[in-house]
Amino acid sequence: MTNSLTRRHFLSTSAGLAGATALGGLAMPARAAGPLTVGFIYVGPRDDYGYNQAHAEGAAAVKAMEGVTVIEEENVAETQDVQQTMESMINFDGATLLFPTSFGYFDPHILKVAPAYPDVRFEHCGGLWSEGMPENVGSYFGYIGMGQYLNGIAAGHATKTKKIGFVAAKPIPQVLLNINSFLLGARAVDPEITCQAIFTGEWSMAVKEAEATNALADAGADVITCHVDGPKVVMETAASRDCFICGYHANQSELAPEKYLTGAEWNWATVYTDMVTKTLAGEPIDNFVRGGLAEGFIKMSPLGPANSDAARAQFEDTQAKIISGGFAVIEGPLKDNAGNVIAADGVSYEETDVALESMNYLVEGVIGSTS
Amino acid sequence: MNGDIGLWAVPIAMLGGAIRVSTPFLFVSLGEVITERSGRINLGLEGTLVFGAMAGYALAYMTGSAWIGVLAAALAGAVFGLVHGLLCSLPKVNDIAIGIALMLLGTGLAFFFGKPFIQPVAPDLPAINLGWWSDLPQVQAALRVNVLFIFGAVLAVGLAWMLKRTRIGLTLRVVGDSSDAARALGIQPARVRILATAFGGALAGIGGAYLSLFYPGSWNEGISSGQGLIAVALVIFARWSPINCFFAALLFGAAGALGPALQSVGVTTGYYLFYAAPFVLTLAVLILSSSKSGALTGAPRELSITK
Amino acid sequence: MTVAGDIPGGQAPSRAWLVPLAGRIEGLALPVAALLAGFLAFALFLLLLGKNPLEFYSLVYKAGFGTAFSWSNTLSRAAPLLLAALCVAIPARLGLVVIGGEGAIVLGGVMVGALAVPLAGWPAFIAMPVLALMAALVGGIWIGAVGAMRQWRGVNETIASLLMAYIAIALMNHLVEGPFRDPASLNKPSTAPIAEAFRVGNLPGWNVHWGLAIAVLSCILAWILIERTTIGFAARIAGGNIRAAQVQGLPVGKLVIGFTALGGAFAGLAGYFEVSAVHGSANASLAAGYGYTGILIAFLARHNPLAIIPVALLLAGFEASSGLVQRRMDLPDATMIVLQGFVFVAILASETFTGRLDLVGWLTKGERS
Repeated sequence: MTNSLTRRHFLSTSAGLAGATALGGLAMPARAAGPLTVGFIYVGPRDDYGYNQAHAEGAAAVKAMEGVTVIEEENVAETQDVQQTMESMINFDGATLLFPTSFGYFDPHILKVAPAYPDVRFEHCGGLWSEGMPENVGSYFGYIGMGQYLNGIAAGHATKTKKIGFVAAKPIPQVLLNINSFLLGARAVDPEITCQAIFTGEWSMAVKEAEATNALADAGADVITCHVDGPKVVMETAASRDCFICGYHANQSELAPEKYLTGAEWNWATVYTDMVTKTLAGEPIDNFVRGGLAEGFIKMSPLGPANSDAARAQFEDTQAKIISGGFAVIEGPLKDNAGNVIAADGVSYEETDVALESMNYLVEGVIGSTS
Repeated sequence: MNGDIGLWAVPIAMLGGAIRVSTPFLFVSLGEVITERSGRINLGLEGTLVFGAMAGYALAYMTGSAWIGVLAAALAGAVFGLVHGLLCSLPKVNDIAIGIALMLLGTGLAFFFGKPFIQPVAPDLPAINLGWWSDLPQVQAALRVNVLFIFGAVLAVGLAWMLKRTRIGLTLRVVGDSSDAARALGIQPARVRILATAFGGALAGIGGAYLSLFYPGSWNEGISSGQGLIAVALVIFARWSPINCFFAALLFGAAGALGPALQSVGVTTGYYLFYAAPFVLTLAVLILSSSKSGALTGAPRELSITK
Repeated sequence: MTVAGDIPGGQAPSRAWLVPLAGRIEGLALPVAALLAGFLAFALFLLLLGKNPLEFYSLVYKAGFGTAFSWSNTLSRAAPLLLAALCVAIPARLGLVVIGGEGAIVLGGVMVGALAVPLAGWPAFIAMPVLALMAALVGGIWIGAVGAMRQWRGVNETIASLLMAYIAIALMNHLVEGPFRDPASLNKPSTAPIAEAFRVGNLPGWNVHWGLAIAVLSCILAWILIERTTIGFAARIAGGNIRAAQVQGLPVGKLVIGFTALGGAFAGLAGYFEVSAVHGSANASLAAGYGYTGILIAFLARHNPLAIIPVALLLAGFEASSGLVQRRMDLPDATMIVLQGFVFVAILASETFTGRLDLVGWLTKGERS
């Protein structure tokens, strides 16, 4: 279903990336066309309705390709466990392209193992590859914050209490960008809206996620989204509290179709099939790959029945603007929720700006703190 | 009505949290009280709880009935309890160690067979709205009480009465206090302990089913954050009294709700420390309520941890 | 499981000298037989599921012990497990069941991550031992406190150590994401990376860090302490019967606190190696569950520090092979937990045969009349 997108070219990111990009990935040695073994490593179960499932769906797309063998491992910890798993896939299965998909796999684990296997390509999700790191390592990620911005637009139209909620795992840049984007999307509808963020402190901890969702509902939030590894619990709990929900990572509409507004989903099938195609053809892959809605790295869940016509119109209009490029969520004048100026009038950060990947603030209107 | 109720949100959230979160603690600790009263300790209830959560969810999904799920969880729990009871009846077998082993086995089997059930959605257990009298949605939500919670509360009273007033209770207490005295009365201590452990396992299984079928209401590998282990600690805390178990479970649940509730009213720093509140609280009460002699009031004398 | 079989003939030379060995033989034969029984039970479990047990065990062998890489995989995993197991085995000599070693590991690790920052610039040969000792100290205080609560307030050490582990993990998360967080650690909140000079490297010629050697050495030292010193002797008496030990004037209180603290110190050391040899900084991944696997190992080794070494290798080998089993046989990752559960139950249950096999009677058969 996403094959129309898979042949799109990746954004050749050098332009927008303030020099952080490699001038071409040099590492991938030209391989003779032949069977290619690709390894996927997940930090949790691959059917978690969330982060891991999104990657596993991408892996499934690779599995369907010719001349490729896919091997997978679930529940691999961000310890020497993942180092050994990578080496085991290389030594026992002859894997030459690895996708260790969890944030915490990158430093030190991938960076430690990669130099010992120069013929193997390590592609990591979310990491910040920079000059000086091993050439056979690459990092890719998607501008999912834009998806949360669109979630925010749907939420802004749906909220009656003018308060929306966000269940967050940890205050790291990718999560903070999502919270900020969610609120700013809602404020594009109504600048009075506030967003309450509650951190659970864990990527996957069902009871805390449920408690956090209840706390948000108790505090008056009536649209809830999240950034945890498996959003199932948050979605079900929020729906049971009669809140609207916006999905994350994967499509959760089945869990509560009437309450589901839309969702920001990964579309890793695009990325993975493209990288595998390039590898099979012996072409290099950039060491630093990013993409958003336009490149098919992320996608939005179909709008649910609860969205008003006004919401649909603004959602689709904004989505088109994002796809056409140059759209900025963080746009001055903007303050953080402690009153510090983070973007002066006229300053804006487009989605491609790497500065966003080290975000350490919550914008004005978010109730919560980064530490 | 969505009135901003300010700081009142915290106690209301804690009340709600106490009711929502306490049920698994309540069931596991009630089960463990019966087991420990017979002179055995079963540390493996964590594994039983997790397996019960999986089995309950799986059966509820396959049959479409949450109650069949609860029944399956209870049966599975009873089997685990039975295995523990039987193994520990062999001479020289250490009940604490077997408990740790069964914790591992129960968790492992639950994860092993639970993979296909992570994604599907099973029916939930019903809840009763006891908050109909209030206009505040927060209060209504807090008092949305699950049937199992009420059942657990009734069970606590029933077990307390059973221990005190019935022949079964007397048998249990005699066995727990002295194997020799029990034998003199013609009671077979091993048989009583096996049954008591199986009963404890069944209750722990129901506690697990509550997790997966009501709150948080989903099966996944992170469903238990140590509820089964903590509940065993709560039994000591509760001095082997079912009624105290009820209050200990409520207190623990309320303390657990503190972290998110404080964040929702703007106390946003140090949330990890607030999340640790239930553990600190339990430890503090244990320290205060123990005594140097180690003689714990109310402790069954045959219990290995109090010897 | 039987040791049956009569030896024919009644005129054999006296076998009385075998009697003292009987205990040792039994001590080895019983767990090995139980291990095999556990394997067999798990093989049946696999058969019921339509999987081939032979394929399973050959994969476990291959990925755990069959190649040079397998060995380095197994040995790397064993290092923290050895130290974590000591945290259970040493207090167990006093009859104490401490299950909260995980707490000492994570706090030892945080100590290293935090302290390496002000120590940067020190010569490595001073800074590294200081870091290791401080990690051991933190771990020792943490688990020693469990012993102290036990001694002074009669608080059950099993429950207290478990609660303390939860508290330690919360504290660790708070510290690495709050006060000690390196602002440059973006998506994985961590302390600042420790200086390159302070990193613990690999054993020469091996792909395994020095922690393994230190851990093995620790097991040997712990064994000497328990089996060959008067302190160990006193501990064994106290472990058998606290009251008898008090009557004999043994310093039970000091033993309880000292042994729990020593166990905690080894767990803290495991945290030191996790940070300085594996992660390079302290972060939430320190809570990797080694403390809990350590419980299993110590119990399987019957709290004998020397026996911990082979048992830890066996369990590390299981874990090393988990991935291959997952990929080749399409079994879930929990397979190894189930196998461990089977083996653990079998070995513990086999203790009921201790002393009941009557090896002595069998060995000296016909000599008594």
